[in-house]
Amino acid sequence: MKLKINNRFKSILGCLLLISLFFAAPVLAYQQDAVVVDTIAVEETSVSVGVEAVEADTVIAASSTSEVVSTGTAAVELKQIDPQVYKDFFYYVLLFLVICTVIAVIGKVISIYELTRKMNGKYNPLANNTLQAVLLLLFLIFFLWGVYYSYTVWGDWSWRDAVTEHGEKIDTMFIITLVITTFVMIVVHILLLSFAYIYRMRANRKAYFYPHNDTVEKIWTVVPAIVLTVLVLFGFFTWRSITSIPEDLQKSALQVEVLGEQFMWRVRYPGTDGEMGKRNYKLTTAENPYGIDFNDKNSWDDISGEHIVLPVGRSVRFHIISKDIIHSFYIPDFRVQINAVPGMTNYFQFTPTVTTEEMRDRMNDPKYDYVMLCNKICGSAHYNMQKKVVVVTEAEYKQWLSTQGKYFTEDLQKEFAQQNIEIEGITTASLN
Amino acid sequence: MSSTVISHDAAHHGSHDHHHETFLTKYIFSQDHKMIAKQFLITGIIMAVFAMLLSILFRIQLAWPDKDFPILEVFLGKWAEGGRIKPEFFLSLVTIHGTMMVFFVLTAGLSGTFSNLLIPYQIGARDMASPLMNMLSYWFFFVACVIMIGSFFVESGPASAGWTIYPPLSAVPTSISGSGMGMTLWLISMTLFIASQVLGGVNYISTILNMRTKGMDLWRMPLTIWSFFLTAIVGLLSFPVLVSAVVLLIFDRSFGTSFYLSDLVVQGQILPNEGGSPILFQHLFWFLGHPEVYIVVMPALGLTSEVISTNSRKPIFGYHAMVYSLVGITVLSFIVWGHHMFVTGMNPFLGGVFMITTLIIAVPSAVKAFNYIATLWRGNIRFTPAMLFAIGMVSFFVSGGVTGIFLGNAALDINLHDTYFVVAHFHLVMGSASIFGMLCGVYHWYPKMFGRMMNTKLGYLHFWLTFLGAYLVFFPMHFMGIDGVPRRYYAFTEFPFMEKWVSVNILVTWAAIVAGLGQVAFLVNFFGSIWRGKKATQNPWKSNTLEWTTPVEHIHGNWPGEIPAVHRWPYDYSKPGHDEDFISQVVPYSQTMSSNSYHDFEGDEEAIAIQREWNKENNRSVEE
Repeated sequence: MKLKINNRFKSILGCLLLISLFFAAPVLAYQQDAVVVDTIAVEETSVSVGVEAVEADTVIAASSTSEVVSTGTAAVELKQIDPQVYKDFFYYVLLFLVICTVIAVIGKVISIYELTRKMNGKYNPLANNTLQAVLLLLFLIFFLWGVYYSYTVWGDWSWRDAVTEHGEKIDTMFIITLVITTFVMIVVHILLLSFAYIYRMRANRKAYFYPHNDTVEKIWTVVPAIVLTVLVLFGFFTWRSITSIPEDLQKSALQVEVLGEQFMWRVRYPGTDGEMGKRNYKLTTAENPYGIDFNDKNSWDDISGEHIVLPVGRSVRFHIISKDIIHSFYIPDFRVQINAVPGMTNYFQFTPTVTTEEMRDRMNDPKYDYVMLCNKICGSAHYNMQKKVVVVTEAEYKQWLSTQGKYFTEDLQKEFAQQNIEIEGITTASLN
Repeated sequence: MSSTVISHDAAHHGSHDHHHETFLTKYIFSQDHKMIAKQFLITGIIMAVFAMLLSILFRIQLAWPDKDFPILEVFLGKWAEGGRIKPEFFLSLVTIHGTMMVFFVLTAGLSGTFSNLLIPYQIGARDMASPLMNMLSYWFFFVACVIMIGSFFVESGPASAGWTIYPPLSAVPTSISGSGMGMTLWLISMTLFIASQVLGGVNYISTILNMRTKGMDLWRMPLTIWSFFLTAIVGLLSFPVLVSAVVLLIFDRSFGTSFYLSDLVVQGQILPNEGGSPILFQHLFWFLGHPEVYIVVMPALGLTSEVISTNSRKPIFGYHAMVYSLVGITVLSFIVWGHHMFVTGMNPFLGGVFMITTLIIAVPSAVKAFNYIATLWRGNIRFTPAMLFAIGMVSFFVSGGVTGIFLGNAALDINLHDTYFVVAHFHLVMGSASIFGMLCGVYHWYPKMFGRMMNTKLGYLHFWLTFLGAYLVFFPMHFMGIDGVPRRYYAFTEFPFMEKWVSVNILVTWAAIVAGLGQVAFLVNFFGSIWRGKKATQNPWKSNTLEWTTPVEHIHGNWPGEIPAVHRWPYDYSKPGHDEDFISQVVPYSQTMSSNSYHDFEGDEEAIAIQREWNKENNRSVEE
C-alpha cells in the first residue's frame, strides 16, 4: 500500500520536474531576449510618438518601427500588453511550483527516513515534538533580538522629542507606558516559549494536575489592575490638561483657523482686530472658496496664510473646520491631532517651544520642516494633503504676517460692492 | 449510564434516521450543523484568500511606489493602468480587505464555523435549536459575500471609504468614486450579513441554554462553548445597531435625508443637507465596531483554551477565572467604543470616561494570558500544528494587546490615532491572534469535520511561515506609527520624513508575500486531506470533550444511540491516580475511584462517604 503511494508520488514528481524543466529552460532564454525586446519596444513607442508630431518624414528608423507608424496611433500601441509580461508571470509561477516540488521532495525524504528508522526500530515518536520545541526556543531568541534591533534602529528613526509644552507630558507618559508594556511583553514571551520548551512532551511523564490557585490568580488580577489604575489616572489628568483649557487662556491665545478640503488646507489668521469673520458654507463660490461672509466686517482684514506660521512660546488656539468631508489635522512633531468635521468646529490649543531653525540644528538636517498632514481617509489624494508648519520668533512672525494676502481681495471687494448695489437695486425694484 | 459506549456501526441504527438526501439537501441546502459548519469554513477560507490577495496588491504598491507591474493591468484593467495601482483603487483595496477580513473571515468564518460545529457536539445536542434558521444564516452570509465580490465588477469600483465607511466620504458619491454603486452594494451586503449574524446568534444562544445534555450544567461546559455563548450575546446586542447606522446611511445616500450630513461643499458644489452630524455615525458604528473586535477574538480565545489544555495534557488553569474574564470582557466591550473617537471632536470629558473603561478591559485580558502560561507550566506539551497555532495566538494576543494600553490612553492616542501604530496593534491582537485561533481550530477539529487527519509536516511549515511572516509584517509598523505615518496612505513619497520607511516597507511586503505563499501549504493540506488524508480515529487527540465520543462518520443526530450524559468538567487531564492522562466527560466518578478527590463531589455527602470508604479499603490517602 505504502509502496503504491510512493510509486504514484514518484511518477507525479517526475512529471512535474520534467514539465518545469521543459518550461523553465525556454523561459530563461526568453528572459535574455526580453532585454532586447524591451529596448525595441521602447524605441517603437518613442519613435511613433515623435512621428506623429513631426509627420512622416522621420521614418528613418528600423523597418519594424515603420509598421507601427503605419498602423496608427501610439495610444493603441500602448494599450496592448507586452507578451513578455505574461512570460515573466508564468516564469514566476513556475519558479514557485519548483519551490513547492523541492519542499515536497524534502518532505518525502524525511518521511522515508522516518520509515527506515521505524523499520530499524530506532524511531523516536517524540522527535518531531522536540524539534518544534527547539524551534520555539530559537524563535524566542529571534524575538528578543528582533525587539532589541527594532527598538534601537527603527525606534531611533521614529522618535523625535515633542516640540510643544503638552507634547512633553505626552512623551513622558509614552516612555513610562513603553517601559511597562515592553517589560510585560518580554517576560510573557520568555515564560510562554521557555515553558513550551521545558515542558515538551517526554515519554513516561505526566503533567502536573493543577487546575487553579486562587492566590496566584488574585495576584495577577490585582497587579495589572493597580498598574493600569496608575496609568489611567496619569493619562486622565494629562488628557484633561490638554483638552480643557480655562476660558481666559482660550481668549488670550493667538487664534488660527484651518479649513480642510479635498485635497488641501486653507489657513486663516484674524487680522489686526484679532477676530475672524463669520463663515457660511452657502456663500462658497469660485472666488470665495472659503465661504467667508463679507457682510461681517471682522472678515475684511482676515489673512490667508500660505503656510502655518507660529510664534514660538505663544499659546495658539486652532479652530479646525472642514468644507466637505472629514479630514484630520495632524502634526506629529507637535503631538497634535484633531479631526476636521463638516458642520462643527473642533479646537486644539498648544504652545510650540522649538523653532524650525532650532529643530533643523537638532536634527542636523538643514531642510527639516514641521508638517501638518491629513490623517483621515479622504479620497484619492489623501496621501498628499499637507501644509508646511513653521515656528519662528515673535518678530519674524509679525514680519511674515504682514506679507500675507487678505481673503477680501480687490476682486472680491468689487464684487461685494456690486452685489450690494444689485441688492439695493432689487429692493428698490421690488418696492416699485 | 450505559450510553457512554459508542458503536461504530451507526449505519445500522434505526431506519428513522435515514432521510432521503439528495445532493442538494445534503451539500447545498443542508440543515445539518456539521455541514453548515463546513460551508461556513470553506466560504470563510475562500474569502480569506481573496482578502489576502487584496492586501498583497496594496503591499506591492507601498513597497515599490515608483515601479510598474504590467501584469497588474492584465488582471485589474483600468484600475492599474500602466501597471500601477490607482490611488482610488488602493483605497478600495484596503476597504474591502478590511471588511472581508473582519466580517466575513473572522466573524462568520470563525464563529460561524466553530459555533455550528462545536455547540451541538460539545453540549451533547442532536443539532441546533433551529436548523432552518441555521441554514438561512449561512445563505444570507453567502449572498453577502457574493455581493461584496460583485462590487469589484461595478464601473465606479468597490467601496473605498475605509472599512469604517465614515460619512460624508461614504455618503457623497462625488467625493470618491467608490461611494457610488460600490458603496450601495457594500451597504446591501452588510445588511444581509447582519441578518445572518442575528439568525446565527439567536440559534447559538437558544441551543446552549436549552439543549444541553444531562449533567452538562453551565460550569461543566468547555470554555469554547462559553466563548461562543458570550460572543453570540455580544453579536446579538450590537449588530442591530450597525443595521440602524447602515439604514440611516442608505437614507442619506438615496433619499436625501441629513442624518449624518451638514454644511457640505463637495467638489465646489453646495449640498442642501443641513443639521446632521458625522459623529453620530461614528457612535453608531463603533457601538458595534468595538464589540465586534471581541466577537472576533473571543471565539479564538475559546478554541485556544481547549487546544492548549488538551495538548498540555493539563486542565486549563483557573477555569472559573477564564469564564469570569470572558464575562467581564463581554460586559465591558459595550462601554468602550468611544476610544475610537478621542480626536473626532467628541466631548473631551467623555473621552476621559471611555479611557477609564478601556483600560479596565485590559485586566480580564491579562488574566487570560497569564492563565494560558500557567496552563503550560509543568505540562506535558504535545506540539501538534493546532498547539503551535494556539501558542502563536497567545503570543500575538500579548504583543498586540500591550499596545492597546497606548491607544486606550486618550492623551497618547492624540499622536497615534489613525497611524500605522493602530494598524500594527489591531492586526496583531485581533487579526493575527484570531486567525491563529481559527487555524488552531481547523487543525484540531479537522478530524471531526472530515473524518481524516491533516498532514502534520505541512502544518508545521504553514505555522512557521505564517508566524514569522505575521511578526515581520506587523511589528515594524509600530515604529512607522510612532513617527507619525498615517494609515491608508497610497504612497510614502510625498513627505521627506516618510522616505526612510520605504526600505522597511519592502521588508514588510516581502514578508507578506512569503507568508501569503505559505498559505498554499495550508490550502493544499486542507483540501487535499479531505480525500487523501489519513483516516482519523475516534479520539485522535485523546481529548475529554463530548464531540470525540461521536462516531467518525457523520450521522444525522450525531450520536447513534442515546446522547451520553455528562459527569464531570471537561479538563480532567493527567489526573493523579488515573491510568490514562485523560478522562472523558462521559466517564462517571464511579469508574474512576482511584483518581477522585473529595472536591469533585461538590459537597455531595453520600458520594463523599462512598469515596471515603473506598479509599480506606484501598489504602488511598487523599486530602480532605
